[in-house]
Parts: sequence; structure tokens; C-alpha cells
Amino acid sequence: MTESQPPDEGSEEVLALDGITVWLSGREVLHDVCFSVRAGEFTGLIGSNGAGKTTIFRVVLGLQAPSSGRVLVAGRPRPRRNRLIGYVPQKVLLDPDVPLRARDLVALGIDGHRLGIPLPSEGRRRLVDGMLAAVDAEGFANARVGSLSGGELQRVLIAHALIGRPRLLLLDEPLANLDIASEQEVVSLLARITAQHGIAVLISAHDMNPLLPAMDRIVYLAGGKAASGTTQEVVREDVLSELYGRQVDVLQVRDRILVVAGSDAGVHHDEEAKPEYPDYPVYPGRRSQAGS
Amino acid sequence: MTGLLQDVIEPGFFSSEPVHVALVVGAVVALVSAVVGVFTVLRGQSFAGHALGDVGTTGGSGAFLVGVNPLWGFVTAAVVGAGIMELFGIRRQRGRDLATGIVLGGALGVAALFLYLDSNSVNTTGATFTVLFGSIFAINQSTVAVVVLMSLLALVTIGVLYRPLLLSSLNVDMACARGVPVRTLGGLYLLAMAVAVSLSCITIGAILSTALLIGPAAGALRLTKRPGLAMAWAALIGVASSWLGILLAYDSYY
Repeated sequence: MTESQPPDEGSEEVLALDGITVWLSGREVLHDVCFSVRAGEFTGLIGSNGAGKTTIFRVVLGLQAPSSGRVLVAGRPRPRRNRLIGYVPQKVLLDPDVPLRARDLVALGIDGHRLGIPLPSEGRRRLVDGMLAAVDAEGFANARVGSLSGGELQRVLIAHALIGRPRLLLLDEPLANLDIASEQEVVSLLARITAQHGIAVLISAHDMNPLLPAMDRIVYLAGGKAASGTTQEVVREDVLSELYGRQVDVLQVRDRILVVAGSDAGVHHDEEAKPEYPDYPVYPGRRSQAGS
Repeated sequence: MTGLLQDVIEPGFFSSEPVHVALVVGAVVALVSAVVGVFTVLRGQSFAGHALGDVGTTGGSGAFLVGVNPLWGFVTAAVVGAGIMELFGIRRQRGRDLATGIVLGGALGVAALFLYLDSNSVNTTGATFTVLFGSIFAINQSTVAVVVLMSLLALVTIGVLYRPLLLSSLNVDMACARGVPVRTLGGLYLLAMAVAVSLSCITIGAILSTALLIGPAAGALRLTKRPGLAMAWAALIGVASSWLGILLAYDSYY
């Protein structure tokens, strides 16, 4: 994968969400979400657990129909089977006895949706080898997928998603459960791929900090609403306070950004490490149930 | 050396017609069970595999009562059972097991009734034993053809569905995102499994059909890291155990 594609005519919109609203079992999970992702750009979809990140992915993948709004992929309404999108789901758990090597999983990215048994071919093998090299996975190409570490598996899954030459790569919480070193490896790998292949990368995370060095744009989700733009445009107290509907503080600690959103306007954030859940009665001699 | 072989293999083993049929049918059924079984283990559907054997028992025992070839009873009941399980339409592992359990419970009740009636009816006294433990030496020529044909059907189904089935067995979300119709795929697989299990019901019996489906496959998954080879190993283990079983059965009888 040494060849690099020039970014298409300036910065083409590979993905556009226009007024997406999603109701799930009587609850509005997403409200009027609008943002776009451009070719050659690395976009972070940031939000806490339950903010609607996975729902956005499901809408983009066509697995969840929005209650209103539309999704455009490369300028067109998304077709039912979309080869333009590569996807790395959240929490891929593979048993140690799954009889599949890393390279087999990557090869399934070429034609896993087609019927029949794949025939081994030289071209196929070269394609897989090239992709494995592009994600620095040659060292464990022949290892069982169930024996890979979290960071290794993540790279193999990225290769699986990329080998079909998508225009848009979606990654759902790829940094969850990775240590800091693996986090950085995966992020710099994704940044490299974004630039080299001119594809659009949309990556969800609950913490924006590991993504800061690579992120071109950010989509910040809170309470089902989204704000998007560059990090400087979005991660500001006024923008995020409006998004959350309450006072939010943005703190810069060296090269890390901390967003402190109290449970009520101006109550908790100036006190030290106060938990965000409301007060629970604590009975003497019994353990508090406040952890939920 | 020949003396030893003669001790192990009783005289007449290789010239007996029922033994020939048993060896062929045993091998074919073990092969199908192995190939289907690798996916059963990968997909975590062992419970459904076992249940389909028991559901087949309902058909098998019913077939004796009305005087039909029990193979048809087994296949019909297992396929219908698979269809009902699929109609529950649950994709989550736990929900799927629940659907399996409900179908299994209903079918076992009816099977118990049929087996009771079988054992009380003069014409079908041996039926209970045949249904539960198979009758590999009593398979007639016409049934052999049907067994081979159904085996081919199951093998072709697995061959055609191979790649999407493998992908969806690894991760349902990844398969869905690629436009694989996961639901239809799961249903077709369950049907192939129903056929494979029914076939082993008439040879080694409903009780042991799970062993042939799961045992060789689970062992093979530890021996290799490639799905095709896992199927080959599973087939080897399955065929070898079937043949060994036939030999021991023959020896113990004569």
C-alpha cells in the first residue's frame, strides 16, 4: 500500500448527515444532528457513553432508519449495500479457538459478503500482504485472531475494513480497552492512512485527548445534539455549554483538554472531584448503592 | 499380525452387506456433521444442534406409529422445529437459546407420548430403541440414496454460504455493515443443521447425534487455525470414530 491517492477535488464531502433525528422506544436519542465528513480528513465523534455515537454509526450504515433527516454518502442517498463504507465495530470478541489467522480475517474484507468458497490466488495473497504491511501487522499475520492483543486486533480489523477500498472508514470506540502506547499507535496509523489514501475517517471516542494530535475536525455529541467544526471552534465553553444546556468548563492542562460538565449549572465543577450523580442516602452499617 | 487383525476384526466383517452400508452411511453422515458442526461451534449454537436432534425424535417416533420411513419423520420434524425457532426471530444469544428451549420443551413432550405409544404397539416394539440409538445396520438401499442426496444438499448449502456465514459467525455487526442478510443466512444455516442432525439420528440415534455434530468439530478447532482445515480434521475424526463404532458394534454382536 505504498501508492497514495490524491484527495478528490479539494475536500469532497464523503458523508453528510442532514437533520438526523432518531427516536428509540419513546426517547429522542438524536436531535437534528447535522455534520459532514470530508475526504482526507480525520474526524472525531466525541461524546460520553449513551450520547448517541453508536446510533449515528448505525444510521450511517443503514442499520437504523432515522425518524427524520437524511444521510448522503458521496453526495447520494446511501444504497442498501454500501461498499463505500468500511466499518470497525465496537468490542469485537473472538474466542481463542476461532480457526482463523489474521490474514484470513483481512481477506474476508475483500469478499466476505460474496457467496461461495474463496479460491486461493496470487493476486489475493499480494493484496492481503500489502494491507497487512500498511497497518504494521506482518509480524502476526499468521497468528490466530483470538490470540491477538487488543491493539493488534484493532489493526487487523482496520485492514479488514480498508481492503475493500472504501471512501469512508467508520471506527466505533477503537481505543476502548487499549493502553496508552497502543492508543497512540492506532491513532497515528489512522492519521497516516487518512492522508495516504485520501479517505475520510470518522472515529468515535468518549475521550478526545488521544485523538487531539490527529483530529482535523470534531463532532461533539451531548444529549443527542451535535456541534461540529475544528477543535478550536467546538471545544469552547460557550459552544459546549449551549450543547449540554448547562454551564460547562473547558480546562487546558498541558496538552490535555478536560471538559467538566456538572450535573446542575455551576454546582459541582468548582468543587474538587465531586461525583456527578445526585446524593444517595447512605445507611449506616450498609454499603452505599450509589455506584449505579 | 494377521492373527491380531483377526482378533480385532471378527470374520465376515468385510463381506457383510449391512456392514458395507453402515460404513458408507456412517462416513457420509460423519462428514456432513463435521462440516456443519464447525459452524455450529463457531456460532455458539450447540444447544440448537442438540435440540434439533430431540425435536427430530418427535418425528422419528411418530413415523413408526404411522408406518413411514423414520428418516422422513426425523427430517420433517427437525426442519419444522428449525423453522419455528427462526420464527421467534431473536438474534441475541440468550434469546436464541430461549426460543430453542421453548421448541425443545414442546417437542420432547410429544416425543415421550409417541415413544410410549410405540412401545405399547405390537408392530413397533423396537422403535424406542431404534429412535434413540439409531439402527445403522438396518438401513435399506433406498434410504442410502436419500441419505447421500440430503448430505449433498447440506454440504452444498454450507459451501454456497461459506464466506458470509464465516463473517457473520465472527461478528454480526461486521456482516450487517457489508449488507449480508444475517437473518436469512442464519435461517438457512439452521435448516442445513436440521438435515445434518436428522441424518445422524437414523444412524447413531437422537441421543448421540449431538456428539457427532459437536465433538469432532470442537476437537478440530484446537488442531488448526484455518476453517477449511478444521472441517477436514473434524471429518477425519468423525469418520474414524464412526467406523470404529461400527467395528466395535459388529465385534460385540458376533
